[in-house]
Amino acid sequence: MTMSRPYRIALIVICALVLLYLILPILIIAPMSFSAARFLTFPPPSLSLRWYQEYVGNPAWMQATRVTLTVAVLTVVIATPLGVAAAYAISQSKWRIMRLIHMTLLLPLVVPIIITAVGIYFVFAKAGLVASMTGLVLANVMLGLPYVVISVAAGLQSFDSTQEMVARSLGMNRLRSFFVVTLPQIKASVIAGGIFAFISAMDETIVALFISGGQYQPLTKRMFTALRDEIDPTIAAISTLMTAVSFMLVLIATSRSKKGA
Amino acid sequence: MLALALPALLVILLLIVLPVGWLAWQSVYHDGFTLENYRRIWSEDIYWRSFALTFQISLLVTLLALLLGYPIAYAASVAPKRWSIVILALVVLPFWTSVLVRAYAWLALLQRTGVVNQVLRQIGVIDEPLALVHNTFGTVVATLHILLPFMVLPLYATMQQIPRDLMQAGASLGAGPMLTFWRIFLPLSLPGVLAGSTLVFVLTLGFYITPELLGGGRTIMISMLVSRNVELYDQWGAASAVGVVLLIAVGLIFFAVSRFIPLDRVLGQK
Repeated sequence: MTMSRPYRIALIVICALVLLYLILPILIIAPMSFSAARFLTFPPPSLSLRWYQEYVGNPAWMQATRVTLTVAVLTVVIATPLGVAAAYAISQSKWRIMRLIHMTLLLPLVVPIIITAVGIYFVFAKAGLVASMTGLVLANVMLGLPYVVISVAAGLQSFDSTQEMVARSLGMNRLRSFFVVTLPQIKASVIAGGIFAFISAMDETIVALFISGGQYQPLTKRMFTALRDEIDPTIAAISTLMTAVSFMLVLIATSRSKKGA
Repeated sequence: MLALALPALLVILLLIVLPVGWLAWQSVYHDGFTLENYRRIWSEDIYWRSFALTFQISLLVTLLALLLGYPIAYAASVAPKRWSIVILALVVLPFWTSVLVRAYAWLALLQRTGVVNQVLRQIGVIDEPLALVHNTFGTVVATLHILLPFMVLPLYATMQQIPRDLMQAGASLGAGPMLTFWRIFLPLSLPGVLAGSTLVFVLTLGFYITPELLGGGRTIMISMLVSRNVELYDQWGAASAVGVVLLIAVGLIFFAVSRFIPLDRVLGQK
């Protein structure tokens, strides 16, 4: 579309300002984490690794990191196969009930997270799962499932399922034909779904605020509690690390899906 | 086939359907059936104020997101491919940063001794630091930041599908760029506007982290009523009733919107 010059300049200026607003917080975190100052000044007076040392040297932060990583890994290990199986069933079956099941599996995205969190807290309180590793993993599997289902369902949509029929007509059983023929071709969407479930578990805060406690508190819960009291630059260091991990994973997920599907 | 979907379905049923059902039950049952919790919401001032404030903030955030998001999505849809990739990358980048991390960044930017106040003081615009955070302003700035991508992405998806020939046809019939925009492009982008606005509005209604951390205890949104009733006052029934009202509001909005556009199109963006 042709735009006259003043409009185009106005559009560019507006966009530049909005984009600055969008990335400013991300740009500010890394320099803050390398600052030597206790109080936040910008630009930082001098650089240091002080806050990273504080993070690594603090047993409570380290324990929280172990919890976060354990929960995220277990979430991926459990949610990925469950999500792949469900997405496969949904794509293969023509029953109407499958549509209903599909919608049900996406519920965690629709229900406001605060309601989910409080509801799980009530149930876990009865079941004795509050402040336990099991409870934390179960909740995150539930929250991560929709990401796997959405990603794999999209992958299966572009996959021609007659190929699997061919394999079966040549004598493979259904399970084997899935692993030999289908899975390699939807691999990218499975990996992407798993990565999103990992990030979802790593970033999850609100459910953890209610159901985690004792030695099984993830990083986000400790960060949230610390942020209520004061602005501790150690959190900038942790935030920088978390952001780096997220970005790396997203890069892997997107570059994979481009090559694959 | 059903057996394959069963484990996932079981997880969802046990860990979200059952808990939300339990919550609804608890809101009306306490040693017998009671509507006391709902009567309280109806009659007590603090609940009213919180619901009104939450709807106002949600509306404000949605309008601002539309105002800021529309030009971005428009630019991404008309710019040369190389630039539109840059724009979209910058929109999605914060998307993949933890909400908590971004709330922290805004706290650091907006507090009394924060970066924004320092810069404004150094260039001589202000003498005393402005109160930019621990109030509704800080809550809106951070919430808008977190939800803006949810507006831009559906807008962009819709705009990208608008056939360019239509604008050329308009131009060949003598309409100027402004007229083709108002009469052709804008109306065709409305499904994206609806999808994005719905997502942003509904997500703001239930938002918790930013009002809690940047609201300074003055901006009590619905989600905070729920959490306070559980954590501070141990009032599970009251918390449940507030949760049910919020859930019904969200459900009604999704239902109303689904009359106009398919719901998976709205949710597909998440």
